[in-house]
Amino acid sequence: MNWEVISSYLPLYWKAMLLTLRIGWLGILFAILIGFLVAIVRFYKVPVVSRIAGVYIEFFRNTPLLVQLFFLYFALPKIGIPMNAEFTGALGLALLGGAYMAETFRSGLESVAKIQTESAMSLGLNKSQTVLHIIFPQAFSVSVPAFVANVIFLLKETSVFSAISLMDLMFRAKDLIGLYYKTTECLVLLVFFYALILIPVSVLGDRLERRVRHAEFGD
Amino acid sequence: MQNLGIDVLFKGTNMLRLLGGLWVSLRISLIAVGFSIALGIPLGMLMTKDSKIVKAIARLYLEIVRVMPQMVLLFIVFFGTTRIFGWNLNAELASVIVFSFWGCAEMSDLVRGAFISIPKHQYESARALGMNSFTVFFFVILPQTLRRLLPTSINLVTRMIKTTSLVMMIGVVEVLKVGQQIIEANRNSSPNAAFGVYGTVLLLYFIGCWPISMLSKYLEKKWSNS
Repeated sequence: MNWEVISSYLPLYWKAMLLTLRIGWLGILFAILIGFLVAIVRFYKVPVVSRIAGVYIEFFRNTPLLVQLFFLYFALPKIGIPMNAEFTGALGLALLGGAYMAETFRSGLESVAKIQTESAMSLGLNKSQTVLHIIFPQAFSVSVPAFVANVIFLLKETSVFSAISLMDLMFRAKDLIGLYYKTTECLVLLVFFYALILIPVSVLGDRLERRVRHAEFGD
Repeated sequence: MQNLGIDVLFKGTNMLRLLGGLWVSLRISLIAVGFSIALGIPLGMLMTKDSKIVKAIARLYLEIVRVMPQMVLLFIVFFGTTRIFGWNLNAELASVIVFSFWGCAEMSDLVRGAFISIPKHQYESARALGMNSFTVFFFVILPQTLRRLLPTSINLVTRMIKTTSLVMMIGVVEVLKVGQQIIEANRNSSPNAAFGVYGTVLLLYFIGCWPISMLSKYLEKKWSNS
């Protein structure tokens, strides 16, 4: 292990990590938005739209992100839709994540017992109050563990971005290994930086899960 | 109507080559699934034991797999072992090792989860009926565990298949790489080949994974209230 090499590579990796984070958080933010909307459409069985949403979920859940990115980045320009790499990365992550988040949120909504809605109604709450104060909080606390798992999964999936020539951590590592053959140092830095991104998320996720467990009703 | 480059697939043996590439991905995932099941089940059962050392090691292992992207693991095994131990692993073997390592962790966690989800009164009632610990395990606990385990582990198979698309990044010639080669080779005669070929690869993955996902969902629903 050569510490001089490591310290000279640090700024390069740091920059690469910022790129991963920038696209990652944008993608995840939109994934949550898409997931939320799609889950509501699915849950309330809005005619036609619900069907389309179902196809979307199945399609994106059953194909790998790498292939989706290749399609978005290399195939869409052929039919006249220009794409740039960063946008493609965020879009791909948002679409993939949206499908996963939608299933998570929907199963959360479905887990809220029907008696909760009925009780709320009979207590005189109107429809929007019932949804906002009775259904959403309970659905949320049920979907948190799967939600955290999704966020970690999506952050890990960002490692395929190098395939569409985004200069993320993977790209940096492969590039430096190819240039100078300092394989060990490059790999150690790679592991270190991914741990730097993901361990805090994992720890925070665990805490969130423990917190909302108290909010559950029943036993 | 623009030329979408679908014609490329019907030239020569292109479609067969693409399917051959898919088989390479499938082969890697099937072998890895085999190892994951064979090693993950005993490991998961070991993790239900109340030993501090086992728990600590298992936790470390699961946390590594949970936090590290599979790509990073692939790089470590493929490039790292060459450097450190001087091994010359071929890319396919490296992928099988990584995906088994990953799948085994996932599988063991599923097995552990399934076992601890069986309520304690099941053990106690069975014992109260006079069954010995062997019959309790085989006739009471195992059938219930399998019902909880099977849908989730079938799901693991589709995730394995999807994740094997990463192996092209360490140079395994699988379906996506074959697609790339076909596009390169037909650059002049069919400039829009990327659309047809990558679209087909997407569809192939979907056709491969969707039925398995559906089976998993069906089993989950069928067994959920028993």
